[in-house]
Amino acid sequence: MSGKTDKGAKKEKKDRTPMPEQEPAERINNFKEVALGYTEEDALREASRCLQCKNPKCIKGCPVEINIKEFIRLISGKKFGEALAVIRERNSLPAICGRVCPQEDQCEKECILGLKDRPVAIGRLERYVADRELKRLADIGKECVYLDGNYKCSGEKVAIIGSGPAGLTCASELAKMGYQVTLFEALHKPGGVLVYGIPEFRLPKDIVRKEIEYLKSMDVDLRVNMVMGKILTIRELFDQGYKAVFIATGAGLPHFMNIPGENLNGVYSANEYLTRSNLMKAYEFPKSDTPIVKGKRVAVIGGGNVAMDSARTARRLGAEHVYLIYRRSEKEMPARNEEIEHARQEGIEFMLLTNPARISGKDGWVNSIRLQKMELREPDSSGRRRPVPVEGSGFDLDVDVVIVAVGQGPNPLLTATIKELGLDGRGLIKADPETGKTTVRGVFAGGDIVTGAATVILAMGAGRKAARAIDEFIKTGKW
Amino acid sequence: MYKIVKKKELTPDIIQYLVEAPLIAKKAKAGQFVVIRVNENGERVPLTISSYQHDKGIISLVAMRVGKSTALLSELEEGDSILDVVGPLGNPSEIENFGRVICVGGGVGVAVVLPIAVELKKAGNYVISIMGAKTEKVLILEKEMKEASDELYICTDDGSRGYHGFVSGFLEEYLSRHLANRENKKHGIDRVVAIGPALMMAAVARVTEQYRIKTIVSLNSIMVDGTGMCGACRVEVGGKTKFVCVDGPEFDAHEVNFDLLVSRQKIYCDQESACYDLYKKDCKCKK
Ligand SMILES: Cc1cc2nc3c(=O)[nH]c(=O)nc-3n(C[C@H](O)[C@H](O)[C@H](O)COP(=O)(O)OP(=O)(O)OC[C@H]3O[C@@H](n4cnc5c(N)ncnc54)[C@H](O)[C@@H]3O)c2cc1C
Ligand code: SF4
Ligand code: FES
Repeated sequence: MSGKTDKGAKKEKKDRTPMPEQEPAERINNFKEVALGYTEEDALREASRCLQCKNPKCIKGCPVEINIKEFIRLISGKKFGEALAVIRERNSLPAICGRVCPQEDQCEKECILGLKDRPVAIGRLERYVADRELKRLADIGKECVYLDGNYKCSGEKVAIIGSGPAGLTCASELAKMGYQVTLFEALHKPGGVLVYGIPEFRLPKDIVRKEIEYLKSMDVDLRVNMVMGKILTIRELFDQGYKAVFIATGAGLPHFMNIPGENLNGVYSANEYLTRSNLMKAYEFPKSDTPIVKGKRVAVIGGGNVAMDSARTARRLGAEHVYLIYRRSEKEMPARNEEIEHARQEGIEFMLLTNPARISGKDGWVNSIRLQKMELREPDSSGRRRPVPVEGSGFDLDVDVVIVAVGQGPNPLLTATIKELGLDGRGLIKADPETGKTTVRGVFAGGDIVTGAATVILAMGAGRKAARAIDEFIKTGKW
Repeated sequence: MYKIVKKKELTPDIIQYLVEAPLIAKKAKAGQFVVIRVNENGERVPLTISSYQHDKGIISLVAMRVGKSTALLSELEEGDSILDVVGPLGNPSEIENFGRVICVGGGVGVAVVLPIAVELKKAGNYVISIMGAKTEKVLILEKEMKEASDELYICTDDGSRGYHGFVSGFLEEYLSRHLANRENKKHGIDRVVAIGPALMMAAVARVTEQYRIKTIVSLNSIMVDGTGMCGACRVEVGGKTKFVCVDGPEFDAHEVNFDLLVSRQKIYCDQESACYDLYKKDCKCKK
């Protein structure tokens, strides 16, 4: 186990407890989870680092304001169940968020310890208590807390469209309040990005499956293969007696770069590449029936989590060289630090301040990519420094697969079918950040379809807020 | 689960399935498609809705056995179910009274052009249909096409029935004959709808371009989700990238880059045939 052998015995008490991990050489040959999770001993040790601050900054850094100080205190007292309950007050997907939240930009960024030393590993502790509960349930033969209960909902009907973190959370909150919830999902499997985008080696699908089992046990009517807007419109939902609709369709439309050669065989959007690999299990081809082009020299364009996931997937599919091509410097990369670190350990070759100009091919297949060096100038509207091409710096790189991970936008499939729904210039739904209310009475929205591609925790938070607002709307009829 | 209520071999390799899918049947329009997945390890495969009975909640799908997924589908019997059927996807065909319309169908493409011919006829068009196949034995849905058309012409590659040659060859002769006749000038051909293998559609497009007849083709690109989320289905139309599943499947034939379509259809050829071979071997072992 790497990491665990970190030295530094003199300051034993202060050092951040490393995460047990699969060795890079081993893990690039499998799709199993990389980070293995803390042991009880690790968790207790890490919790003991917390200063229990009078004015805990960590909580302000958390987008859903989990009472972090309190749950860490409970861990120290070995009250793991109570610690989980504290997290659950605010976050209904702790096993997932503990794994995928960008903690370094949130709670851990604010942690007081971080001023002088490294912050408390809040995310790892969150994951620990959530996993411990999953294991406890598994040991007594259960998938999730409810499951065997005869939970029945009899309240008003609410429709939720999209089963990513926003939809899942909104559904469970409303079901807890007793509403009859129907969750409509376009794909054959629920979970949104959690199942089609984020790979198994980062978020085991079994965890997502258990969250879904939990929903089902709460009497949520889950209907897959329902492309809303096509099979049913929002108007029809109201006609069928639904009192409110929550739109959580995410940002699933892949952006391309609009450079020559992008339609050559071997050029993928990250969405397609990851969907084939994760959702369709192409990594098990021909055991599963969905194929994927396994390149030997793969170029991934982009610097976010999506790019890291694509690069690391390509590596696991047998690529000898995986180049990560990003037009700014590492500092500006939006990916989680842990993913960047893991990608490096796995031998992903970073080509920073580099941008593609065109893709070339032979007989219809990509065989090289023309790259250009970039330099950073004054900040642009996103506040990040603007990259501009360096004159005469072009060069070619031989590749056989190119994966484009330069962002995703909202899919207009549903929103185009309801004209009154207010959208912004990018096609995102205009919704009140506190309630999710849109410009159409009874229609709420949240998650990536409102914010643009963001994070699991923000989508989850939006789902919770909307659930509360939906409850109030149905009870009072006030809009 | 979507039950197969009836299964009919149109030819030994082309099979029609009547599938219970009430919601889809209610919404389906000519030109739209579904994506199916036969079983848990199955691929997502797009299939055009070849007809639909709104009241009975049934859609008809026609699939040719070309690889493992369609072979697995063909193993299902009446009473068995398809695991996933999602739709209706894509934009419906443009149906209006255009005047005189030629509907061209090649191979299993006949099953796709059929509902469009039916709707065009209902809308008041004079429908001339041209259907083709390799040989007489593999002509499909002739009776249905006949009912949907005012004139029906049949072509076979080997000349075993009707015109000896490709549908595009017949179309060319038909147009030159028809439009040479002075009287027919009054009622020229207002539109052509051509559906079949990419090369056939490309050939039809070349013919109709000479006569400047608006021509619509339905593109059969590789797909995954069918909802605009992956870009697997991208094609070039009028120099711009389009997603077949949400921008199509029908496009102006004279703007389509058919070379790219043909090339992209071949991405997984090797892998698919390896997969199919493995399956066939497995099948034999079982037997
Ligand atoms: C590869 C990848 C890696 C990521 N990594 C991280 C990470 O490490 N940490 C992090 O915090 N965030 C990460 N993100 C971002 C995060 O996953 C998203 O912000 C989050 O999932 C958004 O949740 P959502 O519920 O709004 O939408 P989604 O998760 O996108 O779910 C939307 C669902 O709606 C369905 N849908 C769409 N249209 C329709 C329709 N018309 N009818 C019915 N259903 C429909 C979709 O099929 C989908 O299941 C990642 C994203 C990707 C793509
Ligand atoms: S800021 Fe850090 S040290 Fe202080 S309470 Fe929060 S986690 Fe503990
Ligand atoms: S099939 Fe995925 S975008 Fe068209």
